[in-house]
Amino acid sequence: MKESAGTTGLILNEPLLWEKGKKGRCGFSLPRRDVEPSPPDEDLMGEGPDFPDLSEVDVVRHYTRLSQWNFGVDTGMYPLGSCTMKYNPKINEKQARLRGFSGAHPLLPADLSQGILKLMFELEGFLAQITGMDAVTLQPAAGAQGELAGMLLIHGYLKSKGRRRSKIIIPDTAHGTNPASAALCGFRPVPVKSGEQGILTPEAIIEVMDEDTAGIMVTNPNTLGLFEENIQKIAEIVHSKGGLVYCDGANMNALMGIAHMGKMGIDILHLNLHKTFSTPHGGGGPGSGPVCVRKYLKPFLPVPRVIRKDDRYSLSEDFPQSIGKLHAFYGNFGVMIKAYSYIRSMGPENLKKASQLAVLNANYIKERLKGIFHLPYDRPCMHECVFSDKFQNKQKITTLNMAKRLMDYGFHPPTIYFPLVVKGAIMIEPTETESKETLDLFIDACQAIADEAKTDPEVLRQAPTHCKVRSLDEAAAARRPCLTG
Amino acid sequence: MRYLPHTREDIDSMLQTVGVKRLDDLFSMVPENCRRTADLDLPDSLTEWELNALMEDLSAGIAVSPEYKVFMGAGSYEHYIPESVSYLLSRSEFVTSYTPYQPEMSQGTLQGIYEYQTLVSGLLGMETTNASLYDGASALAESLLMAVRITRKKTVAVSRLIHPLYRRVVQTYLEPTDYHMVELPCLENGQTDFSAVDGMGDLAAVAIQSPNFLGCIENLGAVGQKAHEKEALFITCFTEPLAYGLFKNPGSQGADIACGEGQSLGIPRSFGGPGLGIFATKKKYVRSMPGRLVGKTVDKDGKRGFVLTLSTREQHIRREKATSNICTNSSLCALTAAMYMASVGGTGMRELAALNHDKSEYLKKELTKAGFKTGFDSPTFNEFVVEFPEGFKKTHDRLLEKKIVAGLSLAAFYPELPNHYLLCVTETMTKADMDELVREVKS
Repeated sequence: MKESAGTTGLILNEPLLWEKGKKGRCGFSLPRRDVEPSPPDEDLMGEGPDFPDLSEVDVVRHYTRLSQWNFGVDTGMYPLGSCTMKYNPKINEKQARLRGFSGAHPLLPADLSQGILKLMFELEGFLAQITGMDAVTLQPAAGAQGELAGMLLIHGYLKSKGRRRSKIIIPDTAHGTNPASAALCGFRPVPVKSGEQGILTPEAIIEVMDEDTAGIMVTNPNTLGLFEENIQKIAEIVHSKGGLVYCDGANMNALMGIAHMGKMGIDILHLNLHKTFSTPHGGGGPGSGPVCVRKYLKPFLPVPRVIRKDDRYSLSEDFPQSIGKLHAFYGNFGVMIKAYSYIRSMGPENLKKASQLAVLNANYIKERLKGIFHLPYDRPCMHECVFSDKFQNKQKITTLNMAKRLMDYGFHPPTIYFPLVVKGAIMIEPTETESKETLDLFIDACQAIADEAKTDPEVLRQAPTHCKVRSLDEAAAARRPCLTG
Repeated sequence: MRYLPHTREDIDSMLQTVGVKRLDDLFSMVPENCRRTADLDLPDSLTEWELNALMEDLSAGIAVSPEYKVFMGAGSYEHYIPESVSYLLSRSEFVTSYTPYQPEMSQGTLQGIYEYQTLVSGLLGMETTNASLYDGASALAESLLMAVRITRKKTVAVSRLIHPLYRRVVQTYLEPTDYHMVELPCLENGQTDFSAVDGMGDLAAVAIQSPNFLGCIENLGAVGQKAHEKEALFITCFTEPLAYGLFKNPGSQGADIACGEGQSLGIPRSFGGPGLGIFATKKKYVRSMPGRLVGKTVDKDGKRGFVLTLSTREQHIRREKATSNICTNSSLCALTAAMYMASVGGTGMRELAALNHDKSEYLKKELTKAGFKTGFDSPTFNEFVVEFPEGFKKTHDRLLEKKIVAGLSLAAFYPELPNHYLLCVTETMTKADMDELVREVKS
């Protein structure tokens, strides 16, 4: 293989902030005091925080060094399954920083925030178009809050019809957020197993769907990277018993310009702007989790809603059936700007092409790796594919060992041990922004690791060796939690 | 398209490996009747330069400083953000990574969040802080749910002076449950009247905000004592954590949970989001806490390192029995807040908080001198209520034309307070700005 990207480089040590402060320093340009002091009553005053005092250089070096211990999409391939770690365009960051956007107070009168409201209104329209749904709310702050919104919509809709149901169907391949979101809304998750093909069968749904079941939460494409081919039939079954179909759209990156979610019988769908629409993941947020619905659910969407009248935009609370508010204001507007910029930069053809190439990349990896790793469902995949460590288990090598070794080769590991239906799962989502050369390097690295598993398994057990730290003791961290310094 | 690296040859050779002829063939498993029949009806792609022009245009005409003087807080505050913070924050290793599931490759985020947890715990006087929630409103909702879980009681008493929009989010979260929210009314002096707590049964929590929505400092100690007498959790909420640079912090007043919005710690307002949901509690409640936590540990060589920990509380392990459904949080905003707190420092936080307070006091005095009535007597931090004469709306509108936003009308939130406006003054307002405001509202 070509030389891998992984090397030790020169990584500098850096203490904790409070190990380097010194009283009397300051990294902040304190604004001029142009009024007289008028301190509050002594008995109201506290001591103030005992923060370290640092100079600006101290702070800059600190965080620059910390950043160098991190791996991001800009560093290299980050094939974390179900997370869609695609390239985050730099120009979108610039738009979010524009003064008119970043400096805007959320309670400004509508006349003084027209451009913002217009952007939100248009973004809703774009997302409706891309998914084939009828109406969109941008308010949920992340995918899981979008799921909660979806559950509240089901609850609100059923209540308006005078119905109350206690259960919801959730397949065994679902993200953990699905059952947790359902539980928050008082629904008891009813698990269903996916069939031998890795997808849901209508028979399994018929068996559990009844008149006390509010609906189903289905992820399509599912977390095995497979398209739920029976989705229409399943939707019919659920609808026939008065239930609703919620789709976790975290994997929408496979379907832009190709599938029509409305036609599948889906009533509610959430998107992750930080996955499909290229906004950065920020080390774990902020994200944004818009929810798209069919027309009949529009009155239930969170308020306020952006409305347009004679080319003038405003925020309206006048939706008496609304489920209410999920966010103090309107959601993560800063993230919406980036997704809007992405959609405008891509245009319709490139969005479709992005999905095609995402699926091409995943299938290419699947074909090339399938002799190297065990492939439990050997079928054409969508945007991601799932392997297991079954072949390597003979050498007592696990998914975890191989994931850690990938770091030494300069790659972020895939999602591991998920979905739960595959033992020792290795879930790879390359995304469309990785080139064939990069995929080939990744495949070479996987091949080399599979070879090492046979010839030198110890090197895998010791991995990683090139990172800032070696394998960390997570058990000790949980046993005696040390959460502050 | 510059984000799509595939050449024609790449695509052809990859299709061959996969064993299909055309890109469309990759989607053979999507049933015909689930497909789009028409192309996406979206505007054509823009070049980088066209996008710049479009976005400049959209963002123009929005009322922001320095052209506008916005004397409005109410949960979103204008503070100076050091360029060093904005610059560091754009380090793409922080921006383009995800939740640190692989600690060896994410020590930057992990140490950064551990430091955030520590600094925020210090600011709030609390023992433990999580790695963030979405915003102040969801943090409050999660804190009430946590109190219900811990106490196994079903009623929460929430001050009417907690941000009205936060209370609406709480209502949304509680709607499908059988938990009840009871509102505690307002006293004449702008503080919460918590006398009704005595008569309440089945009380899981008493929640109060300080400074409250009217800007007033609450008597946290007394409310906390009352909550504890009822064996309820004492929750303190905030929208302006900078206040604790000067005033007593929630921990010192007995708070069991301190939660709120951290936007004022170096995060731009961005029309209300992304914000930073801050959530802190006592050590004894940590296993009931929602959200991610970073803990300190050692690597194989005994070297210090950091990992996500106590994840058995979380949805990806415990599924429907998790303490919350949250997955993606506001990590980058938490890191921003840490950078900001590190830059300002302990000494700086004190001075900055005092400056906010003193400037706000200056405007309050000048408005009083000019004959206006301040709404409430309780001490305030950087926001306060003024009762303007009837018909002030006209003046308010006239000032908008002069690029001054003279506070927020409270009528929509508190119908019983017509003509009352909430004004905010931070360090970004000069004496001259305030003098101009007073001159203008007088005329």
